[in-house]
Amino acid sequence: MSSSKRSTVIVEHLRRQQMWESISRGKRLDGRNLDETRVIEIEPGVIKKANGSARVKLGNSEVVAGVKVETGEPFEGLENKGALILSAEVLPIASPYVEPGPPDEETIELARVVDRGIRESEMLDLNKLVLKPGEIVYVIFVDCSVVNADGNLFDTTSYAVVSALINSKMPVFEIRDGKVVDTGQKVDPPITTLPVSVTAVRIGESLILDPNAEEEACMDARITITTNSDRCFTAVQKGSTGAFTVDQLRRAAETAKIKGDEIRTKLRELTNVGR
Amino acid sequence: MTQTRNLIDENGKRTDGRTTDELREIRITAGVVKNADGSAFIEFGMNKIVVAVYGPREVHPKHMALTDRCVLRCRYHMSPFSTDTRKNPAPSRREVEISKVMREALEPTLMLEDYPRAAIDVYVEVLQADGGSRCAGITAASVALADAGISMRDIVSACAAGKVDDKIVLDINDTEDKEGGADMPLAYMPHLEKVTLLQLDGILTEEEFNKCLDKAIKGCIMVYEVQRQALMQKYFGNESELREEQ
Repeated sequence: MSSSKRSTVIVEHLRRQQMWESISRGKRLDGRNLDETRVIEIEPGVIKKANGSARVKLGNSEVVAGVKVETGEPFEGLENKGALILSAEVLPIASPYVEPGPPDEETIELARVVDRGIRESEMLDLNKLVLKPGEIVYVIFVDCSVVNADGNLFDTTSYAVVSALINSKMPVFEIRDGKVVDTGQKVDPPITTLPVSVTAVRIGESLILDPNAEEEACMDARITITTNSDRCFTAVQKGSTGAFTVDQLRRAAETAKIKGDEIRTKLRELTNVGR
Repeated sequence: MTQTRNLIDENGKRTDGRTTDELREIRITAGVVKNADGSAFIEFGMNKIVVAVYGPREVHPKHMALTDRCVLRCRYHMSPFSTDTRKNPAPSRREVEISKVMREALEPTLMLEDYPRAAIDVYVEVLQADGGSRCAGITAASVALADAGISMRDIVSACAAGKVDDKIVLDINDTEDKEGGADMPLAYMPHLEKVTLLQLDGILTEEEFNKCLDKAIKGCIMVYEVQRQALMQKYFGNESELREEQ
């Protein structure tokens, strides 16, 4: 059951007031402008045992994503498509407020929103990942671990997934005498587009991009918007207990499109792939 | 998502005979669960959803209580018989997420600061699912909250818009959701003019996105009329028609 709770990161009342005042003057407490995202650092291929991986830092938020490619049965109703399975976990090392155990609703939302951004943009052409229609398909696992949590885990995790997928080399499987065998060859995964998620939060009447943990503790409402390489919107998720005016939503969408392009260029650069 | 057949025919009619601007038939009855403090039953197309509200009441377990406001708890659940293939009654990840977004869609309208140290529980049970059950659930939940007499700033009305056969349409049904291009559920406070829930899956250009936004809000305003009538009907009965005329 979903329940309202107090914010885990505690921000003192005075600090909160300072934040409001600062934001109303157009500056944030960490010195950023309202529409300024934190520096993105990407280390592709950090996990040699994975088929693809990336360690992504967005400010102090840090996520490691790994891709594993296997074969298996297709999903029901999607018999002629490969399977993409995305998971995300906030590790207990990520913050003093995280405990080991089954995922809470925020972690489930994180995994589902990141998944939606990747899946709905059709980043991977799943039609090309079929070995025997209806019976055996490629199963692409992308597992994400949040190593340090300092706000905006949606975007950090999403960038980690995209980087890990760009970085990956898929093993080529074949069916010989009814059995699946690894041919030993490696190919690039069928990537069609690069989805980029951009999260904005409303504090008072201001929209700020890429919130850190302290800002998330003070936010009124949150919106995550994913765009693809064609600058189309592919996924949206509003979160937190406040509301948005239609005008604020349109502005957030516009910003997501512009910032999305900038970040997409950066992701391409940092993972050294000219797709 | 791949399109397998035309979902809008040459006359502009959809699979269920609606135009692109038409809602499915909506019927709401307030006060259907006698034991609850507030309740509502909604039929939204083929959706059949019953919502019960309990509270404000004491919080159990006690450590969950908040000293400055009320705890809002929300459970969205689908009955095992509500779908084509039996749904496992254990809460799925999808239901956990919907419970969360539903709570966040209702919370902006409630004056939770009026009931410190208390809890309000909203139980949404989907007896029969047809596309758009989260929107129908939110719509019924806000009628049930009003029926429970909880202080509210506004009511929340919800409705989806989306893209089918490259056209922007109102209120996506099950077939269109599974075979169509994009689905955008939205919840809206009609008097405060604020959006409390927005989700999207599927690909939309900026123009289409803005069109969807406008269309969904128009749909919410139509939904609001039905909610209002349901509450009028419960509290003023046949008198409500007379009041309407005045």
